[in-house]
Amino acid sequence: MTVSLSLSDLTIRFGGHVAVDAVSATFRPGELTVIVGPNGAGKTTCFNLVSGQLKPTSGQVMLDGRDISNWSPAARARAGIGRAFQLTSLFPDLSVLENVRLAVQAREGQGASLWRRARALTALRDEALQHLADVRLTDMAQLPVSALPHGDQRKLEVALLAAMRPRVFMFDEPTAGMSVDEAPAILDLIARIKGDPDRIVLLVEHKMDVVRALADRIIVLHNGALVADGPPDEVMALPVVREIYLGADAAAPEAMA
Amino acid sequence: MSMVSETATAAAGRNTRSAGWWIVALAIGGILFALAFAPFLFDNVRSQQVAARICIFIVLVASYDLLIGYTGIVSFAHTMFFGLGAYGAAIALRGMGPGWDAVAVGTLAGVGAAALLAILIGLLSLRVKAIFFAMVTLAAASVMLVLASQLSGLTGGEDGITYRAPDLFKPATKLWLDADGKVATLWGVKLNGKLAAYYFVVLSCALLFAVILRVVASPLGTVLEAIRENEMRAEAIGYRVVAYRTGVFCLAAVLAALAGSVWAVWLKYTGPDTALSFAIMIDILLMVVIGGMGTVWGAVLGVTLMSLAQFYLKDLMEVAAHATGDLPLLPELLDPDRWLLWLGILFILLVYFFPKGLVGTLAGKERRA
Ligand SMILES: Nc1ncnc2c1ncn2[C@@H]1O[C@H](COP(=O)(O)OP(=O)(O)O)[C@@H](O)[C@H]1O
Ligand SMILES: [Mg+2]
Repeated sequence: MTVSLSLSDLTIRFGGHVAVDAVSATFRPGELTVIVGPNGAGKTTCFNLVSGQLKPTSGQVMLDGRDISNWSPAARARAGIGRAFQLTSLFPDLSVLENVRLAVQAREGQGASLWRRARALTALRDEALQHLADVRLTDMAQLPVSALPHGDQRKLEVALLAAMRPRVFMFDEPTAGMSVDEAPAILDLIARIKGDPDRIVLLVEHKMDVVRALADRIIVLHNGALVADGPPDEVMALPVVREIYLGADAAAPEAMA
Repeated sequence: MSMVSETATAAAGRNTRSAGWWIVALAIGGILFALAFAPFLFDNVRSQQVAARICIFIVLVASYDLLIGYTGIVSFAHTMFFGLGAYGAAIALRGMGPGWDAVAVGTLAGVGAAALLAILIGLLSLRVKAIFFAMVTLAAASVMLVLASQLSGLTGGEDGITYRAPDLFKPATKLWLDADGKVATLWGVKLNGKLAAYYFVVLSCALLFAVILRVVASPLGTVLEAIRENEMRAEAIGYRVVAYRTGVFCLAAVLAALAGSVWAVWLKYTGPDTALSFAIMIDILLMVVIGGMGTVWGAVLGVTLMSLAQFYLKDLMEVAAHATGDLPLLPELLDPDRWLLWLGILFILLVYFFPKGLVGTLAGKERRA
């Protein structure tokens, strides 16, 4: 079944502060949408609303035509929404391999099983190892996550998402905190996922070369509101976008130019 | 640079067993051997009593470790579930007479009540903050304690209930006859009902402990650890955290209740002090901390050390006080009446030198995948 995801008038307020303000958008399978905006624009909060860590004050998240706004994060994950976190969120005392295996296991519905045959467990494990190879973490498989350098933890964050094999991939600044030679493996992985015509990919990313290489579409958030949405060239040329970046973020204009 | 070498040593450490691991393995092996053959190794009644209590508490503490060590759930109601199993068996044995049917009915009732109560407490309060959950379990356990003392018609109140165990466990029962028609002996031990009762305890506890080991080694065990480590991410990759928490809380309650009913059959007496009091809950907490949370095997060490201290520290101090009788101050300090003080000091030293418990500190944690 092809996947469809749409947000309608999605809004969340924290006290008096409107962090996401009436955002509406429809995402199509096979399309990679990059979400940009200055720090505090509401990108991560928007992701939290889609993957269920936060519930909207008003508005809806629709998946395959169903309103999932009040579903738990677990229910959304099982329905095919996968999320990697900007602030690395792993299982620090477990091994790298166990971390990924947990995601594979959840997808396969094997969470509660006590009596898995050894062969079936091996299958889970082998798949987990494959996901580790994809992000170049094979050598670290047996280490506890807490022993990993930050860059490797960022890679593992992405491996967990890949292991969920979701229909909607959400990456929140996946290469932030990675060194220049680490990032390409992750970007390759995202490019490969983007090639699948049945997946929706949402990507929060600042680096303009990455945005150019991957984006089919760009959405700009500013103060929680959606201020631009369209093909990369058009969005980048909009006066309002240039204004936001010139006004709010001094470093960005050169990157955008 | 240092990162690389650290990583390399850590990787190497995973393939070779450390000295600490061997010490722990030998100690646990020795304890299990002693428990398995206690009637043949120690001939007095008291040591068998201690051995049986150790067996029961290993199950009780290991099942509690599923909650506190594996899943990160703090509960003060574990003795309550233990007590439900014990009182279930005790009330049935008194009411129906000393038969296996009574044991079965009582155990089923106790375990059923424990499971039901666990689901109720779990669903009502496992979705809220951990501290609130701990409070609810504390309240439930207090209510149960009051109920047990108020409903004295059913529970015998503060005095508890005395009853007989099934005939198989009577000391007069002959399991095996020799040529003269008398009870046969093996290595000098009479093959009588007392022996049968001890092995009933050992085998039941071995079975329950095996179930716990199975749980932590299974895919489910890893999910429980994941919930402890990072509840939010466990939920985000698709695990219904509340359902798992409630499930493991219920499982631990059932295991504790089963241990309780075995305990009741062995003791032939059930009262607040043996099956329900908060003193037992504190023992469980101390034992799990000494052994090491999240290790399961730690239960074997924690329970044994603590039980030996509880039963024999007084005797040992008596001897020590006598031996140092001529010296100043020492006999005073070693007076058997001060045994609790020394138990406290022992505990503080253990926690200081083995912050992750004996097994956690010495053997580390074996990571599988
Ligand atoms: N749980 C929360 N409680 C209160 N304010 C929040 C919360 N989460 C986010 N915010 C606020 O919402 C705004 C958007 O934050 P965020 O979505 O993290 O921005 P971005 O990811 O675009 O940098 C910020 O002003 C932030 O302080
Ligand atoms: Mg953010």
